[in-house]
Amino acid sequence: MPINHPNLHLTQLAGAIPAWSGNIKPGDLQPICRNVHDGGGRLVALWGSDDREQGNGYSLHIALVNEAGLVCLSLSLPAGQPGYPDVSSIFPVANRMQRATYDLLGIYAHEGQDHRKWLRHGAWHGGSFPLRKDFDPAPSRTDDADNYHFVQVEGQGVHEIAVGPVHAGIIEPGHFRFSVVGEKMLRLEERFGYTHNGIEKRFESMSLQQGARLAGRVSGDSTVAYAWAYAMAAESIAAVTPPERALWLRALFLERERIANHLGDLGYLGNDVALSFGFTQFWILKEQVLRNNGALFGHRYLMDSIIPGGVAADLTDPGKRTLFEECSLLEREVRVLRGIYEEHAGVQDRFIGAGRIEPRLAAQLGLCGLAGRASSQAWDTRVQFPCAPYDQLDVQMATYRNGDVAARVIVRFDELFESLRLQREILARLMPGGELSLPLEKLPAQGFGAGMVEGWRGEVLVAVHTDTDGNLARVHPHDPSWQNWPAVEHAILGNIVPDFPLINKSFNLSYSGQDL
Amino acid sequence: MYQLIKQIIKTGIKTDAAPLPDEALRVTTQRLHEEILHVFGSALNIRHVDAGSCNGCELEIHSLSNAYYNIEGLGIKFVASPRHADMLLVTGPVSRHMVTALRRTFDATPEPKLVVAIGECACNGGIFCSNDGSPDGGGESYASCGRVANVIPVDVVVGGCPPTPTAILQGILTAVSAQKQ
Ligand code: SF4
Repeated sequence: MPINHPNLHLTQLAGAIPAWSGNIKPGDLQPICRNVHDGGGRLVALWGSDDREQGNGYSLHIALVNEAGLVCLSLSLPAGQPGYPDVSSIFPVANRMQRATYDLLGIYAHEGQDHRKWLRHGAWHGGSFPLRKDFDPAPSRTDDADNYHFVQVEGQGVHEIAVGPVHAGIIEPGHFRFSVVGEKMLRLEERFGYTHNGIEKRFESMSLQQGARLAGRVSGDSTVAYAWAYAMAAESIAAVTPPERALWLRALFLERERIANHLGDLGYLGNDVALSFGFTQFWILKEQVLRNNGALFGHRYLMDSIIPGGVAADLTDPGKRTLFEECSLLEREVRVLRGIYEEHAGVQDRFIGAGRIEPRLAAQLGLCGLAGRASSQAWDTRVQFPCAPYDQLDVQMATYRNGDVAARVIVRFDELFESLRLQREILARLMPGGELSLPLEKLPAQGFGAGMVEGWRGEVLVAVHTDTDGNLARVHPHDPSWQNWPAVEHAILGNIVPDFPLINKSFNLSYSGQDL
Repeated sequence: MYQLIKQIIKTGIKTDAAPLPDEALRVTTQRLHEEILHVFGSALNIRHVDAGSCNGCELEIHSLSNAYYNIEGLGIKFVASPRHADMLLVTGPVSRHMVTALRRTFDATPEPKLVVAIGECACNGGIFCSNDGSPDGGGESYASCGRVANVIPVDVVVGGCPPTPTAILQGILTAVSAQKQ
């Protein structure tokens, strides 16, 4: 059993990763979380659902992970007073998730320090909740301004700089409130929710297949990771395993997504320290990867290539040769560029020491993914819980201790080379022929499944609940940016304002993925 | 330094030829008078606004700056403020939380100004909105106002999810060339 607790009865879920689910009582929530926390585990996601149509009130769901696997726990809440014990005192990362869950569903944490709204600005009233099944959008509409209470820093010479939601570059919208003395940043407070598109509500009116397209558009740069996690959740409920060829192709797509994004980020990180040469060079390489994607798989970002039950794109033998050549080209070029970055004094001067998150703080904050690995947090779903075909690939995890911009650059370089190696390996093992998918039209009734995939940014989780007819009752996509955004508020402390864009880019977190 | 220069020389010039404007992309009649056309000259400043996209369209707008599309080589520049812009490039269905920001950005852009809506979402609300509401699409939801034209006037729309950099470039050139006639 992944968690030992006398009141906890877990059932193992079918599917690609080791996962369990179970129901708990309110009194057991904090002790179990504490137990997982003390054993080195983390909180991955927290969401809620409206089960009143089944006569059950509401439910709170949390996904925890430890070295044994993923554990999804559900807690029934009475319809009249849907409150639950606060989790953020154990896992600080739960703070924004709890607030978002209140904004969308009206279930709330007792106690807790911070009860400000999170995803809601002015689009609907504080007393109406979009994810309730009886939500009526018309009377809930408002055009109220946001009215959010930022924490104020006072003192001699302190002033505020407000940035966003529309930023100075080609970036997603969000608001940053800096308190500064001279050039030095004393505090940063983030305000998000600007791109809230009502994705979770939208899932509820979709078929399984339409849902796959939407999952692939939660955060466009991670479309493969989301589509795979969604498919994994559906396949877990249906207890089916896609054909082997589909699994190998999925891994190929996921590594190609990582390669493209790491190339792009490495280019921009050079650009942000005034080495526009870096941008030019890396984006030439990225464009070649995208063009190969377009020519071989029909989409430059591989959107809609993964479907529940398998994949919708195949690779021919000539295509394979193209990708082998691409590997050789990238390995050669990136090696040269890495040498140039490492020996460029101006670049290293800006990278080293900027935006540092010490390993101890990273552990406290539950930092995950690429940024976590740059601060000694050795979590990589492909390594700890290798779903097929990663169980045959022996992924080498890249970790580093320094936790600064330089470390996040090094981790990107290491992962880029590792992904190229994996791509070669996958291509070598991908035998011709074989089915691309199995039919998966409809899911069993009242099922629950979860999929977790290591996207380029970090672990992407998608949880799916079906109703009494097997339709999508609730889909919760979770982006690793929920975990890592709060860390950016810490990373900038004591740095100077002009370094913020660089530090922010070194994390490169998603706005749309957390705004939903 | 030697490595860096060697790499630049080895890389050579990658830029593709720019696409031709496409009249079919235009959705509005010419809004602007001929006498103001010379204002833009042959240089164009663009302000990008993400009004609620999934970030997919942004990836392709970034690609426009790579050596293959070389948008700066055409005299087109992305600027940091709407006050310096001739054109707004707007992506995403307009989330209700972005309406004010988008309107203010539009108002801050000096006349004459152009608006190009980028991507399926910006054209008709896309996957985030149910399109059965209004007869010509552009559906809304509790969180979203749907297409960009529901909030500010749009000159040219470019479909695709996301549109390719070539399609985006074509949309931009279509909007500009309309003014030159
Ligand atoms: S058009 Fe497609 S890529 Fe662009 S924002 Fe919409 S879903 Fe994302």
